[in-house]
Amino acid sequence: MSDFMMFSLVPLTVAVIISMTCALLGNFLVLRRQSLIGDAISHVALPGIVVSFVLTGTLASTAMMLGAGVSALVTVVMIELIRRLGRVEASAAMGVVFTSLFALGVLLLEWHGASGVHLDVEHALYGNLESLIWFDGTGPAALVDPVALADLPPQLGRAAWVGLLVVAFLVVFRRHLVLGSFDPDFAASVRAHPALVDLLLVTLVAIAAIAAFEAVGSIIVIAMFICPAAAARLMTNRLGRQIAWSQLFAVVSAVLGYLLAGHGLGWLGFGFDVSVSAAGMIATVAGLILLAACLAGPRRQRTGAATGT
Amino acid sequence: METWWHALTFSLGYNTSVVTLGSMLLAAAAGMVGTFVLLRKRALVSDAISHSTLPGLALAFILVGLVTGDGRLLPALLLGAAASAALGLWAVQAISARTRLGEDAAIGAVLSTFFAFGVVLITVIQSMRVTGQSGLTGYLVGATAGMLASEAQLIAACALGLLAAVLVMRRDFLMVCFDADFARTQGVNTWRVDLLLLMLLMAVVVVGMKVTGLILIVALTIIPPVAARFWTDQPMAMVALAALLGALSGYLGVTLSSVSEGLPTGPLIVLCAFGLFLASFLFSPRRGVLASLLAYRRFRQRVHLRQGLLALGRDEPIFDGLTLSLLRRRGYIRRDGVATPPGQAAARDAEHEERLWALYRERYPDDALHREHAGLTPIAQVLSADAIMALEAQLMGLREMRP
Repeated sequence: MSDFMMFSLVPLTVAVIISMTCALLGNFLVLRRQSLIGDAISHVALPGIVVSFVLTGTLASTAMMLGAGVSALVTVVMIELIRRLGRVEASAAMGVVFTSLFALGVLLLEWHGASGVHLDVEHALYGNLESLIWFDGTGPAALVDPVALADLPPQLGRAAWVGLLVVAFLVVFRRHLVLGSFDPDFAASVRAHPALVDLLLVTLVAIAAIAAFEAVGSIIVIAMFICPAAAARLMTNRLGRQIAWSQLFAVVSAVLGYLLAGHGLGWLGFGFDVSVSAAGMIATVAGLILLAACLAGPRRQRTGAATGT
Repeated sequence: METWWHALTFSLGYNTSVVTLGSMLLAAAAGMVGTFVLLRKRALVSDAISHSTLPGLALAFILVGLVTGDGRLLPALLLGAAASAALGLWAVQAISARTRLGEDAAIGAVLSTFFAFGVVLITVIQSMRVTGQSGLTGYLVGATAGMLASEAQLIAACALGLLAAVLVMRRDFLMVCFDADFARTQGVNTWRVDLLLLMLLMAVVVVGMKVTGLILIVALTIIPPVAARFWTDQPMAMVALAALLGALSGYLGVTLSSVSEGLPTGPLIVLCAFGLFLASFLFSPRRGVLASLLAYRRFRQRVHLRQGLLALGRDEPIFDGLTLSLLRRRGYIRRDGVATPPGQAAARDAEHEERLWALYRERYPDDALHREHAGLTPIAQVLSADAIMALEAQLMGLREMRP
């Protein structure tokens, strides 16, 4: 029990919160056919973090978050500029920008890699969920002990704040978001400011990606933005139910993925107890859920498409 | 600097030269295939393909490692990568064709899930006792520094094969890219052509992984074609140009990375490609930002000049700053706003032009619709001398009819 409290409680909670947050935003990204903006933003978090490290010389979280946030903003602006001024197709513009910025990040990283700081590409991709250890979490009593609670890894608090922020955004702007997702022209005609809401959505995606990035790595972020929401899209035609399904899928993939990563190989009878990357496993489970939804989801076909025999 | 010069002139030894040539060929092939994929508006499919190579790569590494003890066997790794990339590609196609999800969601879902599973497998590898593990991370960001000549030769040979395949298939690709329905009426099996195009893309990605890393190879299939688009409207010229720009960035990137020990090749190639893109984006005479700005400025000046002259002819006061300064710069008005003799002449000409155009629009409304900015260009440049004579005669007739 105390092992669970110390080693697993915090990573599991962080994984669940981040998965739910990303899945919540993902619903709107999938509806707007903008899924890949999450992909682009989580790639460019790397150069942002490296640049902030090069400039400030520390790995302090605020500097990293700021750097990643700025780089996300720069990416969105660059994509829009190239798309509009150069008349380049949106996905191609996105491809140009995020690969170049990612290349810049890797170059800077390798350049400064000699200084021996613990910051590498693998870490950025996989995250280090397993390292979120709560040293004072020695038993159930620690949950009500203020001294022990103060020792909780800071990532947990940040993830929770970002989760609350996203929920607040969705509650406040839900009408605007829904209108803009389904009919931007109509939204503009009733002054729901689709462009502004769009920008806010992208900003929140960036914030969520960055908060998650530090704890769980970028790959799980992309998976969580897309897979649960896409799977939920295949379950129902109603937005409210779709969001509920996506939350359920996010929780299931986080918990199941975490457990499988810790003990899965032992259960599968490999004989030796190896723990594999938890972030990777969570994303894999999310993908498997989407696969199941694609094969058997009740609303998997396009409306109006031939239902087949 | 001196090392770079040596690298640029291929005098850093056999190994470096082969690696440079191999990378250039590969980047050229990526540019060519990428052009067709871009024209087909599926640029980011290569992102899904490249990320989904990871599990196959890791599985091949595990299998080879279990058998021989060292997982680094390039052909086996490439085979594994190709197999899982094919699976990923099929998944993207199936999801976007058979479910209601868009291609963007399909790409994102496949790339993240496959990559995540690859990461899981890599952590399995890290707990195994197999040598050559550091060789595997080279596939993430690319490593040409430690590349063997034999590996570079394999890559170069594959790239040559890809170039040849694109050259053979270019007509079908082009037809499908521009008008799939037309291609179908011409007896082209569009489904098969699409599949072949994606297969070639997959081959480029798999072969190029070793050079730039699997995340950055995407850049070589997107950036050079996008840059080439700025210079030409001819599809074949665009393919050739994309190949050229790709090869150039490969050449610059690989040689730059040989300057110093710690410089990674993949990012340098991509950044060189981005530099070429940026130059095209800004300075291309056809669609570049500078060219558009200049064209806009010229257009604005012409409109202001014309309106200013018309106002002069009607003795109306002019308040607009730009109009005033344009008229003044040409010596059409004096400092106090009164028209000079050349200004009065120009105003009369402008008025006459305007009348001719108005008459033309009235008499031939259908023809006038097809002329762009019809009122601004001098009418003598648009219509033939005979047509203008006829218009002039009609104008005279109109004047005589009036008292």
